[in-house]
Amino acid sequence: MKLKSTIGVASTLAVLVGAMIVWYTVTAATGWVSPARFPHPAETWQSFVAIATNGYGNGKLHQHVLNSLKLVAMGFGVAVLVGVPLGLLMGYSRKAEALLNPAFLLLRPIPPLAWIPLAIVWLGLEDASKVLVIFVAAFVPSVINSYAGVRQIEAPILEAADMLGIRGLTFVREVLVPGSLPSIFTGLRLSLQASWTTLVAAELIGALYGLGSILNQAAQDIYPAMILVAMIFVGLCGASTTWLLGELERRAMPWRRQWGAQ
Amino acid sequence: MTTRTVRSFKPSWRETTIGTAAFFGVWYFVALIGIAPAKFFPMPHEVLAKLFALTHTQFAGATLQMHLLSSLHRYAMGFLLAIVIGLPLGLLMGRFRWLDVVVTPLFDALRFIAPVAWVPFAALWFGTGIGGPTLIIFAGAFPPILINAYRGARGVDPRYLEAASMLGIGSFKTITDVLFPAAIPSIIAGLRVGAGLGWMSLVGAELIAANRGVGYLIVKGQSAVDTPIVMAGMIAIGAVGVVIDVVLRKLEKHLLRHRKS
Repeated sequence: MKLKSTIGVASTLAVLVGAMIVWYTVTAATGWVSPARFPHPAETWQSFVAIATNGYGNGKLHQHVLNSLKLVAMGFGVAVLVGVPLGLLMGYSRKAEALLNPAFLLLRPIPPLAWIPLAIVWLGLEDASKVLVIFVAAFVPSVINSYAGVRQIEAPILEAADMLGIRGLTFVREVLVPGSLPSIFTGLRLSLQASWTTLVAAELIGALYGLGSILNQAAQDIYPAMILVAMIFVGLCGASTTWLLGELERRAMPWRRQWGAQ
Repeated sequence: MTTRTVRSFKPSWRETTIGTAAFFGVWYFVALIGIAPAKFFPMPHEVLAKLFALTHTQFAGATLQMHLLSSLHRYAMGFLLAIVIGLPLGLLMGRFRWLDVVVTPLFDALRFIAPVAWVPFAALWFGTGIGGPTLIIFAGAFPPILINAYRGARGVDPRYLEAASMLGIGSFKTITDVLFPAAIPSIIAGLRVGAGLGWMSLVGAELIAANRGVGYLIVKGQSAVDTPIVMAGMIAIGAVGVVIDVVLRKLEKHLLRHRKS
């Protein structure tokens, strides 16, 4: 699915332009798809301008986006700060694993979205309940992949570190973290994805601000163009934060680039 | 595909028991010291009792089994639709370059949209009964199924394809008899990921727009501020998720039984 080279870029552009033309043709030009079902390109643009300048559903577009970003950053950030060290600990220490793993085995099958009603019962419809469900959603992949990462460090490396007398903080910094970093980043990507899904669902159920709240409001107003604008921004936020994480990953593991084509 | 050795501790029953006991111990402890009112933090046995009670008393218009059945019905439809479209499309994209060139940009543009974000359109287009939630499950399960079928088809040893073309086997037969069998391990992996995401998307869809199902059950439990019902529903959802994964794992074992690891 990776299309390299300029031909790849050109064909991608051609396809996207083609999709726009198809969209225009079936909605605006011919009316095969009724605007009550799917909006025209022009309508969508107008809705975008309307929400960006005048606001819609309690706020302007940037307020909604910033609020959603803030909640994801909080839930995801706390989950990573707690989850990665915990996963590393569980991967390294047999006692920690034995003690904590059963809790994970019991909680892991529950999809993060199923926590939303519980979070609402506990914390209401405010931001706190959203941060809680995002935390739950992001926490599990962070822990599990950090744990798997430690397990994938090859035994000779650990033995060498042991033989050289590397212990404590130096061991964590020089052996444990770098060795499990590829897997940790896999976990972070999954966590981030889960965070966005959960946030959108939580905001759809009830929120004053946020991308999900635009979706909810637009659904109630039967305003397809605004639904589409909100969906586009859900996708843009997800894509840009994923890209950011990818950049971070490249910088955190410069040795991977030297290995060449991956 | 090379798998790196994963060292794993041998699970000892004693430690697992201690861990499980610790989990429930902490739960009881938190419930008993009363950080939160008992109404908001029920004890494990109360939740289990509620789970059992839900099987023979109706809540939100149906018993637990009826809610589960209605969820599974939608789930089966959405998941099957994702397989029926995603699997052949992925294989074809792996075989025909032009299709890859056309579909990939569209797919990349859509896949960052969280499946639940489709809920408003799903409800608008297909209603909240069967059709709407089916679309959401489809949106959750489709991407991993497509990607894995594609990767599986791309990963097929070119010699097989060359042999097939030398033997004069047509395009259709090449796909069904060469690409598909060779891609099965990757396809199954995709099905498992897709099954999990589909189940989660179903719960999301039912939380927001549905009139029956386990997601609807817990959201009604929430509006009645009945924490045991919410927790019992979460357990049921988790249990079904586990059962789905176990079934797919069995299928995987069955289909791959002739291969060397």
